[in-house]
Amino acid sequence: MEVTGHPEMTEPASEIEREVEELIGKWAGNPSKTIMAMLAVQEKYNWLPQKALEYISIRLGVPKGQIYHIATFYKVFSLLPRGKHILQLCTGTGCHILGSALLAKTLDKRHGIPWNGTSDDGLFTLESVNCIGACSMGPVLVVDGEYHANVTHDRADAIVKRLRKRANKEENNGEA
Amino acid sequence: MEKLRSIEQFKLFQDKCRREFEEYPLVISVCQGASCRAAGSEEVANVFEKLTTGSSDIRFIKSGCQGFCEYGPLSVVRPSNIFYQMVKPGDAAEIMRTTKDDGEVVDRLLYTHPATGEKLGREHEIEFYSKQQRIVLALNGYIDPLRIDDYLAHGGYSALAKALQVMEPGHIIEEMIEANLRGRGGAGYPAGWKWKSCKEAPGDRRHIICNADEGDPGAFMDQAVLEGNPHSVIEGMLIGAYAIGGTSGYIYIRHEYPQAIETFSAALDKARELGLLGDNILGTDFSFDIDMTFGAGSFVCGESSALMRSLDGQVGEPRDKFTHATEKGFHDEPTTLNNVETWANVPHIINKGAKWFRSIGTKDSPGTKVFSLVGKVNNTGLIEVPMGTSLREIVYDIGGGIKNDGKFKAVQTGGPSGGMLPESKLDLPVDFDALTDAGSMMGSGGMIVMDEHTCVVDVAKYFIDFLIEESCGKCLPCREGLRQMSKILHRICDGEGTLKDIDDLEALGQTVAATALCGLGKSAPNPVLSSINYFREEYIAHIVEHKCPGGVCMSLISYHIVPDLCNGCGECDEACASSAIRTVRGQKRKEGLLCEIDQALCDKCGACMQICKENAIEKRSPAVASRGAA
Ligand SMILES: Cc1cc2nc3c(=O)[nH]c(=O)nc-3n(C[C@H](O)[C@H](O)[C@H](O)COP(=O)(O)O)c2cc1C
Ligand code: FES
Repeated sequence: MEVTGHPEMTEPASEIEREVEELIGKWAGNPSKTIMAMLAVQEKYNWLPQKALEYISIRLGVPKGQIYHIATFYKVFSLLPRGKHILQLCTGTGCHILGSALLAKTLDKRHGIPWNGTSDDGLFTLESVNCIGACSMGPVLVVDGEYHANVTHDRADAIVKRLRKRANKEENNGEA
Repeated sequence: MEKLRSIEQFKLFQDKCRREFEEYPLVISVCQGASCRAAGSEEVANVFEKLTTGSSDIRFIKSGCQGFCEYGPLSVVRPSNIFYQMVKPGDAAEIMRTTKDDGEVVDRLLYTHPATGEKLGREHEIEFYSKQQRIVLALNGYIDPLRIDDYLAHGGYSALAKALQVMEPGHIIEEMIEANLRGRGGAGYPAGWKWKSCKEAPGDRRHIICNADEGDPGAFMDQAVLEGNPHSVIEGMLIGAYAIGGTSGYIYIRHEYPQAIETFSAALDKARELGLLGDNILGTDFSFDIDMTFGAGSFVCGESSALMRSLDGQVGEPRDKFTHATEKGFHDEPTTLNNVETWANVPHIINKGAKWFRSIGTKDSPGTKVFSLVGKVNNTGLIEVPMGTSLREIVYDIGGGIKNDGKFKAVQTGGPSGGMLPESKLDLPVDFDALTDAGSMMGSGGMIVMDEHTCVVDVAKYFIDFLIEESCGKCLPCREGLRQMSKILHRICDGEGTLKDIDDLEALGQTVAATALCGLGKSAPNPVLSSINYFREEYIAHIVEHKCPGGVCMSLISYHIVPDLCNGCGECDEACASSAIRTVRGQKRKEGLLCEIDQALCDKCGACMQICKENAIEKRSPAVASRGAA
């Protein structure tokens, strides 16, 4: 397999490369840490910017094609920017039989947040997650890492409304 | 902390930890398991932490999952074992006060027996706990997983010390074979034999891996062990490495468990600080360390050969099983891979012996098994029972029966690879072989209870769709076969199936099971085949009567408002995102305002039913098109 760069000789050249270097520098030249590096990048940016992936490719010594193969194979990775708030609706078996999938309808119809997509205003991304281990409390909605238990249509609605209100307020303050 | 440089030093340090732990007359713990956290236990813990800082008579512990998730946040006072449930931050001060003025309990926070109405104050009085036998989970709730001292105070790492001091590696493997600890990750392969063949395989390097991918969606046994007692897993792996001659260790944890990752990583650091991991462990010439890698949301990566690829930073495609991982596994070198719970059992076997272990459980499946009991059962949570316990005991005695006095329909064991078992199988003893014989499997321990409001065809469809998403796509039977099965299942759920579809599903399922490359495909048809086997009449109802007996399949149900019960409050109207509800002048309630659902607009999301306090909304199946027809 052709390696696309010289891991040890790379110098970060741009802002994003410097940021990525900080996250993944410790794994230079170690292709077995590709997934770990991509997870670190996604954690920072919420998605996988192309420039960051190119840098990982050079720095770890992994062909770009393989990086994109990994990015599309594993469910967590997103090649598109995600919303400011990440809503993860659990679709594990426990939550499924308690009707979690139905909640997606409310979020879509009422708030324009499509299933596995982002709202037009870029505020919300709604994704499915396969069980976070709080199955006794289903349906579970994870909002920016925070767990919400026994979620009903009503509560999902309230959660989104609250976040949107806050965002509007911030925007108005910013303009003023 | 100083590194411990000999077994003697270790023993002295362990004694010190024990004394320090026993200095506190009272211990209050608050559960920090995922369910309790979702119910707000972090806030509760914060208050307790503030109140107990500096206290010399109360030790406060943020514990791992204590199991009775249904009633979280949980808090237990020891040594009296007073059990508080659904604790709120505001309750902390009262618990502290009453506990100190000894003997008193906060009555309103006790668990009430649902049938007798009796308040039960102690953990062991509650059937959910009294019918369990906890070995792997024994310390969950007793120790702070972030403090290695707590684990040591409870005898932690004694088994490692014993192994290093008085046991030859070969002797450990014999003991493991004798104990017949079968893999808790699903397949049930005896760990001892796996260790033996890895040890005997040629090669200079040997890898020891812990599978913490816990892919079964709807199960959290491994999470509870990793978060509640991480050192038991580390100790098990150390003993395994010592016995097998392991040179490097790895744990593969799914990223969906951030708390488990954090706790485990802290535990590794602590073990290194004390010299329990690293070079020359406890002054011996045994060296070993464990590296952490995260999963990235892929079910198939829980399969051992796929996991080893993913561990190497690649796409997780399984390989065929002609080569054994014990000989050519990670990096084509001899590898031993075991599940979290398997590793966590090891220290107990080394401490207490194979004979003791075999005295628990059944002849061919010794020991206990941890299950996550969820779904439509009253007492959901995490349980540990001896192998051979019947499903009935689990669902009715420990689980407290079906929610809302409902009727039991089925229990799914083994996750997406398992099957649905009906009421007639409730007396089945739960062990590896009995479950397989019944067309399901043990799996990793997920147990999902379904009641009459669950549709077995919908659940079968759910699992197949899940597996299509997760299939790596490498082999044809799995890639294409599952897709065809899904198409048929969707057709049936949409009310467009034919009776021949059932036969086709069976034929397809058998073909996929016989020809797929890895365990994912081989077991994927189980939910479909078992549900056809035990619930054929439900498939027929969907096809012939266009009726979904569980009231789940959207094309086959409709929502209606019962005029007699509706008081016209209009809350459903507000809750309806489809604007399908209109207010009319009704024929009942003295001709007052009533609500009515426009079937053409209704999205069938069920929001109205959830919000209606009068229970005035009902589901009908087969679907009724218009009001006139109702
Ligand atoms: C599709 C698939 C998914 C699996 N997922 C897991 C898993 O999440 N955790 C696990 O421990 N074993 C899982 N297994 C089983 C592993 O392949 C392997 O048998 C097991 O981890 C070995 O450890 P044990 O012998 O201690 O059970 C899975 C198997 C298959 C076929
Ligand atoms: S199934 Fe939703 S948290 Fe487990």
